[in-house]
Amino acid sequence: MTITMPQLGETVTEGTVAQWLKKPGDAVEKYEAFVEVSTDKVNAEVPSPVSGVLREIICKEGETVATGAPIAIIDEAGVVPEPPAETSPAAPAAVPATVSASNGSSNGSHGGNGVATTSGLRRFSPAVRRLAREHNVDVAAVSGSGTNGRVTARDVLAAANEGPSAAMAATLAREPAKATVAPATAQPAAAASTYAAPTPGTIVPLTQARKIIAKRMVESLAIAPHAWTMVEVDVTKLWRWRAQEKDAFLASKGYPLTLLPFFIHAVVQALKGQPMLNARFTDDGIHVLGAYNIGIAIGLETNLIVPVIRDADTLSIGGIAVAAGKLIEKARAGKLGADELGGGTFTVNNTGANGSILSKPIINGGQAGIVTMEAVVKRPVVVDDAIAIRSMMNVCLSLDHRVLDGTIANAFLADLKKRLEAMRPGGDL
Amino acid sequence: MAVASPSTVMNNVEAVRHTLYEALKNDERTLVLGEDVGARGNVFLITKGFIEEFGAERVIDTPLAEASIVGVAIGMAMEGLRPIAEIQFADFIYPAFNQIVGEAAKTRYRSNGDYTCPLVIRTPYGGGVRGALSHSVSIEALFYHVPGLKIVAPSFPADIKGLLNAAIDDPDPVLFLEHKKTYRLVKGEVPSEHYTIPIGLADVKHPGDALTVVSYGLYVHQAIEAAQRLAGEGLSVEVIDLRSIRPMDRTTILASVRKTHKLLIVHEDNKFGGIGAEIAAMVAEEAFFELDAPIRRLCGPDVPAMGYALPLEEEFMVSTDEMADAMRELVRY
Repeated sequence: MTITMPQLGETVTEGTVAQWLKKPGDAVEKYEAFVEVSTDKVNAEVPSPVSGVLREIICKEGETVATGAPIAIIDEAGVVPEPPAETSPAAPAAVPATVSASNGSSNGSHGGNGVATTSGLRRFSPAVRRLAREHNVDVAAVSGSGTNGRVTARDVLAAANEGPSAAMAATLAREPAKATVAPATAQPAAAASTYAAPTPGTIVPLTQARKIIAKRMVESLAIAPHAWTMVEVDVTKLWRWRAQEKDAFLASKGYPLTLLPFFIHAVVQALKGQPMLNARFTDDGIHVLGAYNIGIAIGLETNLIVPVIRDADTLSIGGIAVAAGKLIEKARAGKLGADELGGGTFTVNNTGANGSILSKPIINGGQAGIVTMEAVVKRPVVVDDAIAIRSMMNVCLSLDHRVLDGTIANAFLADLKKRLEAMRPGGDL
Repeated sequence: MAVASPSTVMNNVEAVRHTLYEALKNDERTLVLGEDVGARGNVFLITKGFIEEFGAERVIDTPLAEASIVGVAIGMAMEGLRPIAEIQFADFIYPAFNQIVGEAAKTRYRSNGDYTCPLVIRTPYGGGVRGALSHSVSIEALFYHVPGLKIVAPSFPADIKGLLNAAIDDPDPVLFLEHKKTYRLVKGEVPSEHYTIPIGLADVKHPGDALTVVSYGLYVHQAIEAAQRLAGEGLSVEVIDLRSIRPMDRTTILASVRKTHKLLIVHEDNKFGGIGAEIAAMVAEEAFFELDAPIRRLCGPDVPAMGYALPLEEEFMVSTDEMADAMRELVRY
């Protein structure tokens, strides 16, 4: 069938093909985004109305055509290709998901109720559109429980809960850690611009992973009021203990013994004392979580990924070291599975690995807090009214202030500090 | 408020009377003035006995001249007294419009902060009592547009005490609206000790998660009744009692809409240019992407007045059945 330039907005009369997401010959699933169109109002990915194969691209990237003009031809799966002459310029420039091939029912219900209109268009409320976007739900595939079959906000949330919410996480995992080099050539500028060219620079295209990270960071900061607090921890003895054990550990277990497993072990113990930090905010109440699944933030060259050590409360320090070592190895190889990325209840961020001594982390969405371990640095500190040189580490905590207040947060940090400072040579690995 | 503080069950008239009495007793700067507040003790007997106890200098019977009642009270307020003026029925407030809007609301601004106008104007408003043309009107929208004025309309006895105390304490003019049909209809516990409720704070009177209903005055009580009915049908509706009309408690309204994604506004005053219009606009501006249904308003019709004939009055007033129907439609939308 011939695909036409959709009308993206009531007053929009033309659109520009920003980018083809499929090449001729590529298979296209129904509802799959196959082209990105931009207008002076919006940029939108256009879903395919049918399953099939993209036969021909009529409108090249950067080309602007009137709405309703043909932009591509898709051979429908199992359908004899239609002759191109049949294209009707008056065909409704619909959001393709509702092209009548799939939807013969136009029962005349329409108007403000925003369900199926006579033209076959389905309309969605602002809340439905936002929630669908946030939860990566294809609204066209959701069955509506509202008046006249309208898709309600609750329907979208229900679909999001059923559907593989790991879909996004999996996308993250698939994107390997390879270095992406920005193309040296600038994007072709819009031909008609008459003003002076801007200072030359490059635009690094957004990878899917980058888009997801951006979205999640914005969401977390927008939804959860972040409060921040910090303690300094004397890890002199812990540092010595680790130094004594690390070579033997690497030799016997095959994974390095960093400070991270000691820290995670202490965090889990401290979380047990303050369950409000191992919790999530819901409108029905604060959901205190039963498991201790600790996410570890791993910075790769172009992206950030947070695999999860499940049931960390059942692991020893050595067990955590092995589990973390495996996850880090897989993350660097781009081989993490969706099951290794979801279900985290609290997050640890080893910001000190890159030399940071102070950071203000953003909470991993849906959790109550995130704690960082900053770089261990030797500093003069006062011990028993004498100045001593100690190995000091700052520990920073961002907390969701809807879930808990500073009292609990600081009790948690005090306990964590106590536990870390009590770790010394001769302890149980 | 202490949890175990003693309290008394009162109706709304008794709550106003109790609060005024305590104010006159405890603060020498306070006084009441208005038509028939003295010897007659107010038409609803709110100030009965006050003139005997506090004297004619603090319980002042005025002529039938609303502009003078408010004008005199403005002068008293600017010079350090705490006048509580009464307009016998809100329907009679129009002659005082210039004093309220042109003088009281602008005193602080015009004097560059040298003067404030700590004035309370109490007035019974609202219909449903066979009050007809001149004893049924809602006046809030007329004053809603005026910066410098606060408007409160509590309709529970405990809210009346807390907000009337806050209004008396407030350094600027407050229009204090009392729905006359709730006067003897609504009863509730009122803590005995002195307390205030901040002006501008709404109250969730019936929690729910599928629809937000915002109302004030008599209709809050009907909305709660309708919400209870719907709860019996398994439909969860949240009823917010604005209590303060201006300033508007955006926080409470928005938090609720973010939860329910749907909003119904119910008020007795005319729909066109009313309180509901401002709330609807605010929510559309602040929470567009939260909305899962068109915002709906259930309000008085745009007719010049409430008729005396019962069918006309019933046509004007929104019934509990109508509220329940609208709630049902929106929840299921």
